[in-house]
Amino acid sequence: MRVLVIVAVWVLTAIPALAEVKIQEVTSPGGIKAWLVEEHSIPFTALELRFRGGTSLDAADTRGATSLMVALLEEGAGDKDARAFTEASEALAAKFRFRPYDDAVSVSARMLTENRDQAVALLRDSLVAPRFDADAIERVRGQVISSIRSDLKDPDAIAMARLDALAFGDHPYGHPTDGTEDSVAALTRDDLLSAHRGALARDRVYVSAAGDITAEELGALLDTLLGDLPETGAPMPEDVPVALTGGVDVVPFDTPQSVAVFAQEGIARDDPDFFAAYVMNTILGNGGFESRLMDEVREKRGLTYGVYSYLVPKDHAALYLGRVASANETVAEAIKVIRDEWEKMARDGATEAELTRVKTYLTGAYPLRLDGNASIADILVGMQMDGLSPDYVNTRNAKVEALTLDDIKRVAARLLDPDTLTFVVVGRPVGLETPG
Amino acid sequence: MKRLAVWLSVLVSLASPLAAEGSDAQVTTFSLDNGMDVVVIEDHRAPVVVHMVWYRSGSADETRGVSGVAHFLEHLLFKGTDTLAPGEFSARVAENGGNDNAFTSYDYTAYFQRVAADRLPLMMEMESDRMVNLRLDEDDILTERNVIIEERNQRIENDPGSLFREQRMASLYLNSPYGTPIIGWRHEMENLGLQDALAYYREFYAPNNAILIVAGDADPEEVRALAEATYGTLPANPELPVRARPQEPPQTAERRLVYRDARVAQPYVVRTYLAPERDAGAQEKAAALVLLAELLGGGQTAVLNRALQFDSQTAVYTSAFYSPTSLDDTSFGLVVVPAEGVSLQQAEEALDRTLAEFMIDGIDPAQLDRIKFQMRAQEVYERDDVQSLAQRYGRALTAGLTVDDIQAWPDVLQAVTPEDIMAAAREVFDRKQSVTGWLMKDEEMTQ
Repeated sequence: MRVLVIVAVWVLTAIPALAEVKIQEVTSPGGIKAWLVEEHSIPFTALELRFRGGTSLDAADTRGATSLMVALLEEGAGDKDARAFTEASEALAAKFRFRPYDDAVSVSARMLTENRDQAVALLRDSLVAPRFDADAIERVRGQVISSIRSDLKDPDAIAMARLDALAFGDHPYGHPTDGTEDSVAALTRDDLLSAHRGALARDRVYVSAAGDITAEELGALLDTLLGDLPETGAPMPEDVPVALTGGVDVVPFDTPQSVAVFAQEGIARDDPDFFAAYVMNTILGNGGFESRLMDEVREKRGLTYGVYSYLVPKDHAALYLGRVASANETVAEAIKVIRDEWEKMARDGATEAELTRVKTYLTGAYPLRLDGNASIADILVGMQMDGLSPDYVNTRNAKVEALTLDDIKRVAARLLDPDTLTFVVVGRPVGLETPG
Repeated sequence: MKRLAVWLSVLVSLASPLAAEGSDAQVTTFSLDNGMDVVVIEDHRAPVVVHMVWYRSGSADETRGVSGVAHFLEHLLFKGTDTLAPGEFSARVAENGGNDNAFTSYDYTAYFQRVAADRLPLMMEMESDRMVNLRLDEDDILTERNVIIEERNQRIENDPGSLFREQRMASLYLNSPYGTPIIGWRHEMENLGLQDALAYYREFYAPNNAILIVAGDADPEEVRALAEATYGTLPANPELPVRARPQEPPQTAERRLVYRDARVAQPYVVRTYLAPERDAGAQEKAAALVLLAELLGGGQTAVLNRALQFDSQTAVYTSAFYSPTSLDDTSFGLVVVPAEGVSLQQAEEALDRTLAEFMIDGIDPAQLDRIKFQMRAQEVYERDDVQSLAQRYGRALTAGLTVDDIQAWPDVLQAVTPEDIMAAAREVFDRKQSVTGWLMKDEEMTQ
């Protein structure tokens, strides 16, 4: 109400049929900003919050604190213990989801219009006044440790943990986001309180909403929900170089199909060549059937069910990652084919036909993503995290269209580095030597 | 704290306990002259459509000995036709900014594309083409067979929980083809050939065995005209077999099994009971079982969770799962993942004790009210995702239900009484119709 300021309304004019999707920039009376798309045909609201920082805020002696803290947000808050909190959210049919990532804590909510105020009050308590009751801590700690142990027997989790350690060493990125069995066992309630204070603060929150809510209502909601959070949180970690040096690292594990992850240094989200790199990777390794890797490794040779690569521009480092799984007997061949494709793209770039095809795909697919309240809210909060402005939805396709074959060739030569492309293979691969 | 649901997802992926299929969405249905059924679900918020064709045939309709052929054929449908080169189908979808995929289950095989609304005619043209004009050669077969074996490696062989599930399903079903994995037994997959795939194709891929679902920004009359011009020109298969699969005999002996694997990090116990499914015009018992699964294992406040995670520290995770939408007898399952220091024997005893107490104490009315309210809310949330709504229609229609059944389902769920639930529980919790499985670490095999 009252002082609500609507800074701007951006309309998706680039895509005429979507002209009704209006992004409003909302500032609450208390000064909290959010992006909103009003859509009143279904009586609910999708709300997305991202707190920048995430598990990489964990200190060296409290690995896993942020993750355990996030898991406990729905395990009792305000005057309600875990059971009462769950009963209350069930009675409102509000859907809350709290997830820890390395660079962010994500909170997703879906709330019915008919009881939105009560749902917001409940969500507010979980963010501002989580209880961290002793019995809840022990119960959830047991679940997290069980999950950590499962990861130690899961080929994909083993591979990613090894790759992160090779790439990032002692930086928080080099450690499992959930911590280790020992580190989680040692976490105290004070560690959780401190992780909570450090991670959920107003100086790092991004908000989007889509659905049956007006700008005025959202403004009031923001102050209720987030107004009592601390102004500032923990300092962000340092940037870290990617320390991958190439080769194949085998982690022996008795399983019939080897899982291989591969990576090299990537490209930052705000690099002028990020777009060209994104399009280049779509041609090389997007998981669809049109990519070179899928064509060569799966369609032509039948070596895998799926192979893909993708850019991972983290806040403090940039990775270029991929994954393939193939029987122990054939994974060496799959890796050789991937390396060959990496070299070929680095050397020759893409073809005119490939670039044309990928442009029609990317420009046609983009508006299809904005097709529901939940997906719109998710995309909008991601745009804010990436530092984009609302009119990005209008300029994005033009950026794709403007790319030339020379752009692709330049970025391929600059980015793709077969020498540092490092494979971590978990399994009993035949014909792959482990150096050292 | 829902993270354990992630690694148990294979186990519970068939359960959709909050499936509230009806909604206020505008649904139009009609049939073409050749017997093909059409469902149009309108959602005009964005100019996007999902175009799906569902065949009323899945892995449970396969001939014995060629397990996996339904899924294999699903892969092969992306090879060429008389007019499309291999791979061209997906390439043309992508050129138009769309995404496509397909999935196979026991009771259906389905193909879908998600595209801008004005590209619907092209999708219908291509999908109707491959319903009858598939062209395959031996090279396609050999390469793609390796792909499905790698898919089996990824989904099953590399995951002890999935291998355990295969053994439990094979044990639960004495006669029903549901005991055979959808992806196929490996030794049979390795021998699947061109003729096996073509035999399945000729038998089942015909308009009178298919359902067209168009969901999103589509006009029913336009869909009808397009469907008549594409699918409507295809001949029905007069030889289409009646869907009558081997049924379960009376089950008279409880089954127990232990699956050991060095890769198991977290042991658990699963009990699965044979259970009735939703039948056309008779969904009440299945609705009671949906609510039973929610009451026992649906979330933090569920009976098992309270008893085994809150009142005692017996488990780190509990769940109940039930898949109501199925052509033949389905299953009702209970899971307990024991806490540190609790044996599987103790976990199973605690499960049985909790069930016995539930059968005496009955249902907490406040809990039942909360569950029913959440189901109503789910109908609202689901309207945001027209693709998932379309999938619910497809699953139900290929399981022998009608559009009327689908639209009545939310009300049937709301009408369930505590007495209905307890009666359904008494009927289903019969150990003679159950399999109890222990997934265990194999210490001797560790490295």
